[in-house]
Amino acid sequence: MDFLRQPWHWSIAGVLIGLTVPILYLIGNKPFGISSSFKHICAACLPSKAPFFDYDWKKESWNLFFVFGIFLGGVVAATLLANPEPMKIAISTHDQLANLGVTQFSQLEPTDIFSFSGLLTVKGFILIVAGGFLVGFGTRYAGGCTSGHSITGISNFQISSVVATICFMAGGFFVTWLILPLIFKL
Amino acid sequence: MEKIVEEGQNNQTRIETAAANFKYVLVGVFFGIVFVKSEVVSWFRIQEMFRLSSFHMYGVIGTAVVVATISTLIIKKFKIKTLQGEEVVFSERPFHKGNIIGGLMFGFGWALTGACPGPMYGLIGSGFFVFIVALASAILGTYAYGILKDKLPH
Repeated sequence: MDFLRQPWHWSIAGVLIGLTVPILYLIGNKPFGISSSFKHICAACLPSKAPFFDYDWKKESWNLFFVFGIFLGGVVAATLLANPEPMKIAISTHDQLANLGVTQFSQLEPTDIFSFSGLLTVKGFILIVAGGFLVGFGTRYAGGCTSGHSITGISNFQISSVVATICFMAGGFFVTWLILPLIFKL
Repeated sequence: MEKIVEEGQNNQTRIETAAANFKYVLVGVFFGIVFVKSEVVSWFRIQEMFRLSSFHMYGVIGTAVVVATISTLIIKKFKIKTLQGEEVVFSERPFHKGNIIGGLMFGFGWALTGACPGPMYGLIGSGFFVFIVALASAILGTYAYGILKDKLPH
């Protein structure tokens, strides 16, 4: 059990995440993709006359069962398989983030920002609420996220997925290096 | 057989019962454990990736792409059928401007929240309940896109 509790090596995680693609194809003809769940939740729960949400979301409900499973997996990972050690972070990233003003480094998330008290600060609000909004808007506009485009799309040789992935990375580098320092000054 | 479909779209012809959907919960649990235990859900790991100070995320995504590509090629080459005996449908995704504009927007959000959609669910399960707010905001973002869609360049 001990090696299951430690953080898993990238090669093991990569293989297991990659295998999710054929598993979903073969157990039910489903292309792996997670951001679609946001759309199905909109179609199921929010009122709209927009044609974008006018489809049979029940036919796509497998995706909601899938993300519910991810939530349960998180519960298992944080209880039965919880890592007793504090998070190990690369020194250069640790120091750069400490310079920006991050103070909590022991857990998966900097809990000074990603907590309900952090949410009430300006930077916490921007990172959580504006960040979340951009994830939801951007993935749907792009037609997929890391799973749908970067893994499933590229594995099926889709040029649009390669372009989208390059843009995901470009957007991330831009915000990390040029925007985060401004947000942390607020 | 290839046809234009959206990410994650159900391509199974046979109608699924709630019981059949249970298998996707199991795959999700497996997947969620991998997500959290490999720490790809962590804001710090995403920051390391964008600060080029760790190979971890590149290793995870790179390996996943290689494994998914080989698996996909094997399914195509040997025409492996689904458990229900259907032919696997592979999605064609024609390029549009949204791949660029939306892609950049998601990249911005990825660096801010440190979470793509999958990790949001995993983080809530791990006890980082503030990600319920991030998830709600992401759903609102998708809702806003759905309403504005026709006014945006594609």
